[in-house]
Amino acid sequence: MSEPKTPPAPAAGGRASTKKELPEHFKAYKHVWVFIEQERGQVHPVSWELMGEGRKLADKLGVELGAVVLGAEGETVRGAVAEAFCYGADLAYVVADPVLTDYRNEAYTAAMTDLVNTYKPEILLLGATTLGRDLAGAVATTLLTGLTADSTELDVDADGSLAATRPTFGGSLLCTIYTLNYRPQMATVRPRVMSMPIRVEKPVGRVVEHKLGVVEDDIVTKILSFLPDRDSNKANLAYADVVVAGGMGLGSPENFQLVKNLAAAMGAEFGCSRPLVQKGWVSSDRQIGQTGKTIRPRLYIAAGISGAIQHRVGVEGADLIVAINTDKNAPIFDFAHVGIVTDAIRFLPLLTEAFDKRLSAHSRDKLAS
Amino acid sequence: MHIVVCIKQVPDSAQIRVHPVTNTIMRQGVPTIINPYDLFALEEAMRLRDKFGGEVTVLTMGPPSAEDSLRKALTYGADRAVLLTDRFFAGSDTLATSFALATAITKIGETYGVPDLVFTGKQTIDGDTAQVGPGIAKRLGLMQVTYVAKVAEFDPAGRTITLERRAEGGTQVLKSKLPCLVAMLEATNEIRRGTMENALRAARAEIVKWSAKEAGVEDMSKCGLKGSPTIVKRVFAPSPRAEKAKFIEAPEGSNLAEALIAEVFARQPNLEADLTALARGF
Ligand SMILES: Cc1cc2nc3c(=O)[nH]c(=O)nc-3n(C[C@H](O)[C@H](O)[C@H](O)COP(=O)(O)OP(=O)(O)OC[C@H]3O[C@@H](n4cnc5c(N)ncnc54)[C@H](O)[C@@H]3O)c2cc1C
Ligand SMILES: Nc1ncnc2c1ncn2[C@@H]1O[C@H](COP(=O)(O)O)[C@@H](O)[C@H]1O
Repeated sequence: MSEPKTPPAPAAGGRASTKKELPEHFKAYKHVWVFIEQERGQVHPVSWELMGEGRKLADKLGVELGAVVLGAEGETVRGAVAEAFCYGADLAYVVADPVLTDYRNEAYTAAMTDLVNTYKPEILLLGATTLGRDLAGAVATTLLTGLTADSTELDVDADGSLAATRPTFGGSLLCTIYTLNYRPQMATVRPRVMSMPIRVEKPVGRVVEHKLGVVEDDIVTKILSFLPDRDSNKANLAYADVVVAGGMGLGSPENFQLVKNLAAAMGAEFGCSRPLVQKGWVSSDRQIGQTGKTIRPRLYIAAGISGAIQHRVGVEGADLIVAINTDKNAPIFDFAHVGIVTDAIRFLPLLTEAFDKRLSAHSRDKLAS
Repeated sequence: MHIVVCIKQVPDSAQIRVHPVTNTIMRQGVPTIINPYDLFALEEAMRLRDKFGGEVTVLTMGPPSAEDSLRKALTYGADRAVLLTDRFFAGSDTLATSFALATAITKIGETYGVPDLVFTGKQTIDGDTAQVGPGIAKRLGLMQVTYVAKVAEFDPAGRTITLERRAEGGTQVLKSKLPCLVAMLEATNEIRRGTMENALRAARAEIVKWSAKEAGVEDMSKCGLKGSPTIVKRVFAPSPRAEKAKFIEAPEGSNLAEALIAEVFARQPNLEADLTALARGF
């Protein structure tokens, strides 16, 4: 994927070809594919979010939506295939082989590139997770095609090309990137950037089974063990219903406890802006924003956060944003729905108490982290 | 043993300011730094060298001014620095960048000894793609292990390396063979301070400078804009939200917290029941 090194217009002028002149051998490439990511029996929800986007792109292009499922033969793969149809797949491509039991780059890259070369999709979407990014970079290089990382918007334009938009220049601007003359056009999207599509119960449809071209002896990398995260909350922030976050306005790491208290009273997850991570007040998996987590809660409460663009892009998908800030001109009030101009350090305990009362819960101890 | 570390010179994002009215980047006078993630890669490489012997070569592709970053890396304790600079590289996307770096690594191998390991950072703070590492690995046919938190074991004689890799929901412990490309996570080690001795050496050291040709590039159409399948068509500022926040003030005789809660539940009618259920522990 490219980062514009020069401003837009002149840069475009220098390209070998900014017009679509698709070589003959790429014209057979058709259909939209989504890679269904699973690790240890669980499909990552980002895959379903991508199915929602993939469906829209396929409908606009008038083509089919394919789900790619890789893994060891068994219930996990079967379950993922069945779910893919419920999330809108027209067909599924399956490579089931014990070599694919756990994610390893070599085996997965071999399976994916072989599928692409055989069945020729025009668009291939993957989640921008640790797995998806590792795989996408290797697949794009092997296929010598373009890849746009961390897209925030996907569309097809008039001539049917994929237009992938992503933040650039440290998140302050957006750019739209095309892969005009190579196939497939690849993009990754971070979890929670796209909304979850509605699941509709459907029977399993067309399944294309493909054989893996490599055997275990070809794979140099071996997995010795897997150590699951001890803090099971770690992954939950992105998918939480309610998130309470604090920023530099809290003034001290001790005051950050007020954010945790409110979160506990509401059964919510807590998060923070980037400077708190940089100062070591809060662990990095709690950071919200462009270089942290993207969230889409039903309710987001931001206390003492100014609302810089890099923070904003991570929270804009929230249904309801409440901002608490002493400065009525803080940029956060430009995108929050509800604002309170007050001192968060004084107000958070009052709000915690009021929520506690309203929810008539005595479960703070149980939920506190 | 020979380790190549890929570092990139990037604008110091902490110093980038966005113009409050035009919403464009104000880049004048923004200082450059070594991509912060790459420093963890450099440190890890130097630790292996210090323990097992050998040399660390730092490599960057960039404008002539990227020499500053290479000298900085020498100050930290790298043994050799290679600058890949040529106008043919201008406008490279990640595919073209990985082609150029992979070609230079091959040349480094021919000139100074074939590398056992190639290190990169997790990602850059300007490109922010995490694609160049995997790209280099595939181009060179190296094993690729990204998001590495720790080098758990290194056996140069047996030519194996055991790595702890950050995965979704946990840590994978992987054993791979050399040569291998490792992309390091942030905050995985403590970066040493440069010594006076190294600073003096760095100031005098000769930086190896290669053009595309000198690095062994034969097909220029794989470099720069020509070699980049992606095309940036449009750069624009995000559109502002139409309406501003509704400011809540405490009505006479009630308190602000209760007024806020009323507003929240009025806008999200189902939330109250769900939160109450959750709070009761259902
Ligand atoms: C490449 C790049 C990536 C970045 N990624 C991220 C990211 O992922 N996430 C992120 O958050 N940031 C990110 N940033 C940083 C971002 O630009 C801002 O610097 C950061 O979000 C500011 O954090 P803040 O709002 O907590 O602090 P500040 O900007 O210092 O704001 C503090 C706010 O608190 C208010 N305040 C002060 N006292 C009180 C009080 N007593 N009660 C209530 N309010 C009070 C102030 O009015 C002010 O609005 C990134 C920056 C760059 C360059
Ligand atoms: N121009 C470059 N010169 C040297 N190394 C680079 C360059 N660009 C990227 N890298 C390496 O590749 C990693 C990932 O970069 P990116 O794909 O831009 O996020 C970085 O951390 C660097 O180690």
